[in-house]
Amino acid sequence: MEQDWILGLIGGGIIGIAGAIYLLSNGRIMGASGIIGGLVDGSAGNQSKERLSFVAGLFLVPTLIAAIMGIGETNVSDNLVVVAIAGLLVGVGTRIANGCTSGHGVCGISRLSLRGMVATVFYIGAGGLTVVLFRHLLGVI
Amino acid sequence: MRNIMAFIAGGTFGAGLLISGMTDTTKVQGWLDIFGVWDPTLAFVMGGAIIPMAIAWGLTKGRTPLMGGLFPPRPEARLGRNLIVGSTLFGMGWGLAGLCPGPSIASLSFGGIGGITFVVAMAVGMWFAPKLRDRMDALAPASA
Repeated sequence: MEQDWILGLIGGGIIGIAGAIYLLSNGRIMGASGIIGGLVDGSAGNQSKERLSFVAGLFLVPTLIAAIMGIGETNVSDNLVVVAIAGLLVGVGTRIANGCTSGHGVCGISRLSLRGMVATVFYIGAGGLTVVLFRHLLGVI
Repeated sequence: MRNIMAFIAGGTFGAGLLISGMTDTTKVQGWLDIFGVWDPTLAFVMGGAIIPMAIAWGLTKGRTPLMGGLFPPRPEARLGRNLIVGSTLFGMGWGLAGLCPGPSIASLSFGGIGGITFVVAMAVGMWFAPKLRDRMDALAPASA
């Protein structure tokens, strides 16, 4: 358990460094939902190549590390209906809110953005209630 | 060069997500599950990520990005309906599957059929969201 926290802290630091690189080099906020969403709905425009490069790195590097080190347990539910509904909610919600865990959470809170902090309170609150409801009361997840 | 830096940033982000354990849905749901065996890992990840990012924001003052252009301006501190409604919907999906956008892409190659299903559904949701937002705004105008 303690090892998980240490890995969490180290991995978190690496995530923060990634955001710092994207900000200081390219002048962009590292928000995964915005980067992906702009590619999906076509609003990325002339930023498309830059965003595709980001997504390519985001996909390829963990793929390589997981393959080489033999790690990468995701434990994603095999209930595909639940997973599909969850994906839809995440896709719609992050685009309406204009950010997710990386954009509102990491990048927003670190610049003391009120929007980022309020968004984080709401998605953690809603996530907590959802887990309690669907795990402990309904037993679906 | 911009694209190479974006690739490096994305790759670093993915490595951090994998190492921190955020591609493991049980860790995310374990953090959200205050009535179960509570897993505090996510708080360490958030804390660890916010520190370098806060330093980076500090470094933006009086400078411009290495690759040119300008740093993103501070958004207006307006808390519109879309921010609240969107974050709530996102949180529900996050709790249901234990995945958010970054980790879903980072774990796409080893997340099995469930991971692929999530990413496809998420893309559909992201494609549909602007239309839904326009509908919401047409019914009752909201800022941000």
